[in-house]
Amino acid sequence: MGIKQNNKLVDKNFNSTDMSIMPKIKFLEKKCIINADNVDYKTLNYAIRSILKEIDNSQNSDFPSKINKIELDNVLGQRYIGDGIQTRISISIKGTPGNDLAAFMDGPEIEIFGNVQDGTGNTMNSGKIIVHGSAGDILGYSMRGGEIYVKENVGYRSGIHMKSYLEKFPVIVVGGKAGHFLGEYMAGGIIIILGLCNSINPIKSFYLFDDDEVVGNYVGTGMHGGKIFVRGEISNHKLGKEIVKSEINEEDEIIIQKYLDNYYKYFGISNKEDIRLKDFTKLSPFSRRPYGKLYAY
Amino acid sequence: MDYKNYIKKLNNEFSAVNQAPVFKNKHEKYVSGYRVPSGCAVFGIINEDGQLFDGRMVIDGIAMMHDRSNGLGGGFAAYGIYPQYKNEYAFHVFYDDSIARKEAEIFLHKAFKILYADEIPTQKVKSISSPPIIARYFLRPKNISIELEGFESKNDLNDEIINRAEEEFVASFVSNFNADPGGSYIISSGKNMGIFKGVGYPEDIGEFYKLDDYSAYIWTSHGRFPTNSTGWWGGAHPFGFLNWSVVHNGEISSYGTNKRFVSGFGYKCSFSTDTEVLAYLFDLLVRKHGISLYLINYILAAPFWDDIEILPEDIKEFLKALRIIYGRALVNGPFSIVVGNNNFMYALNDRIKLRPLVAAKKGPLTFVSSEESAIRKVCTNPDAIWNPKGGEPVMVFIKGKEPAVKSGIKIKKENFIESVSSLNSSFAGALE
Repeated sequence: MGIKQNNKLVDKNFNSTDMSIMPKIKFLEKKCIINADNVDYKTLNYAIRSILKEIDNSQNSDFPSKINKIELDNVLGQRYIGDGIQTRISISIKGTPGNDLAAFMDGPEIEIFGNVQDGTGNTMNSGKIIVHGSAGDILGYSMRGGEIYVKENVGYRSGIHMKSYLEKFPVIVVGGKAGHFLGEYMAGGIIIILGLCNSINPIKSFYLFDDDEVVGNYVGTGMHGGKIFVRGEISNHKLGKEIVKSEINEEDEIIIQKYLDNYYKYFGISNKEDIRLKDFTKLSPFSRRPYGKLYAY
Repeated sequence: MDYKNYIKKLNNEFSAVNQAPVFKNKHEKYVSGYRVPSGCAVFGIINEDGQLFDGRMVIDGIAMMHDRSNGLGGGFAAYGIYPQYKNEYAFHVFYDDSIARKEAEIFLHKAFKILYADEIPTQKVKSISSPPIIARYFLRPKNISIELEGFESKNDLNDEIINRAEEEFVASFVSNFNADPGGSYIISSGKNMGIFKGVGYPEDIGEFYKLDDYSAYIWTSHGRFPTNSTGWWGGAHPFGFLNWSVVHNGEISSYGTNKRFVSGFGYKCSFSTDTEVLAYLFDLLVRKHGISLYLINYILAAPFWDDIEILPEDIKEFLKALRIIYGRALVNGPFSIVVGNNNFMYALNDRIKLRPLVAAKKGPLTFVSSEESAIRKVCTNPDAIWNPKGGEPVMVFIKGKEPAVKSGIKIKKENFIESVSSLNSSFAGALE
């Protein structure tokens, strides 16, 4: 995201994503409100970053240091929001942010009041993403740390190539259902799928492979670390070749309960009795090195 | 604390961003700023009541995904735009120069009665340079000879048979015309529909063709990010063939196989872009072979053998047969496509969803798009918004134009079997 480089190469030919529209910025005592209506993603991210820079350097300047929240209103399709940010700050987004939201993010807490698109939390390092809606494909792609909570459904390849090391431990909690290839090549961390809501498709396509199960096919294909907890039963044909299905133990129950409580808290859900811990199925890899012997003759 | 000074400072910085010099490459032909690695954008709207609406909504939608394309191609397909000539074939033709035009018009005059011809009205748009000559014709085929074998007399020929013969004639004419390297290309050849495309960002192409002046009940559009072929006027999407139009995000890894398969049925691929083969596949499977639209996804995005294996025996056998017969029509590689035809809009992903596709419904309107934000731009509060599965089609028919096989069907399995039996009968006809 080299902003200075980009400055020289601005295309002014197009008419709809007009660079000349400035975001309207309002400062309150503790937060800063940015109206992103019709603002191009480069301009919007430039604004967020320069405000964060001032906050980071606030000891040395007269910039108000009390600001700990940025509120983005009327966001629609702007890419790369919150990418690579290391400042401890909370960002709340109203609208539908674009692809690669919070990629490489390291620290902030982002709350989205709406759906998110593809690539949310791509290679995220730490921080928190709370989505009051559904997520698109490849949620938490190569995630290295932090937590993602999605109230409703997630698309294909959620948690693909998640990994963990020492204190870095990524977690994805999904309230609804997940698409195919959940936790593909997963190497660490935890994914919890609750299956509380359905995706509504009002158009009948008579598709033969529709089913009511909580996860899609090819769950955990190539998985060699971490755990996936799914509420409800999973047919065996849906599982990748590298994983094994088992019942949860006491240790798992503590983990699930912890993140479940967070889920209830973030989305303000009060009727907690629907979910019983013993309904969860654990999916974990057979081996930490499933292909270790593949090339050893 | 004085925030005003800070905001002032920030705004000055924004102005500096905007006063930065515009990047141009040395040819000035394909001007674009810098490129964000991305994919194409597709967008489609259908009003199932058949009510017409202008091109503003589709331009706004595709413009939302501006950064998915890079200015090397954009286009629109519109259905229902020529009600005054709805029974004539509407040809949109690109000519490199006036010599090519003269030569081509001789052919057109020989084969067709031209009811009306003009150049498609365009307006100057800053970013769009060196367009070809873009002409439009409303045509009726001359001298269709139908073999009377099997018919007692000419009175036995009904409208449907004559229409089919005309379609076959136009199809082979368009195929041969485009294969001829004469600097002229028929980009649109259907009835009561048209394709508007070119080199530029899609929203600029929309302004260039003045799409606000057209009213249609189906609009599809495309913003291009060419990867394996050059960005040229004929190579922009949508690709049209008869009433079909196809916009496509992705690439067809099986292009060679598919191309050889359709060429066996007389289709010639002449736009040096993989997407055109999809238009021919749809034409071949649906128009020529009479396969139900409900089955097309089991051919183009055929389920894996493992997935077929767990189905009930009768369906399993049928799907196996379909994969074997139409193995070479399987479209491999990542794709999301939106296909238009006079009676329906059809969107499909590859079987493992390697390209994005979102669908939404609001009253009689159905939207499909590469990104949700584009739908929300033109429809702030949809009734439902969902991510279709890979290989699961989103098909919406104009009311009353649904294929007959759907009527009276309650359960999907029964529907499937009925589709199968209708297919079998059409095969039986072909085999006899």
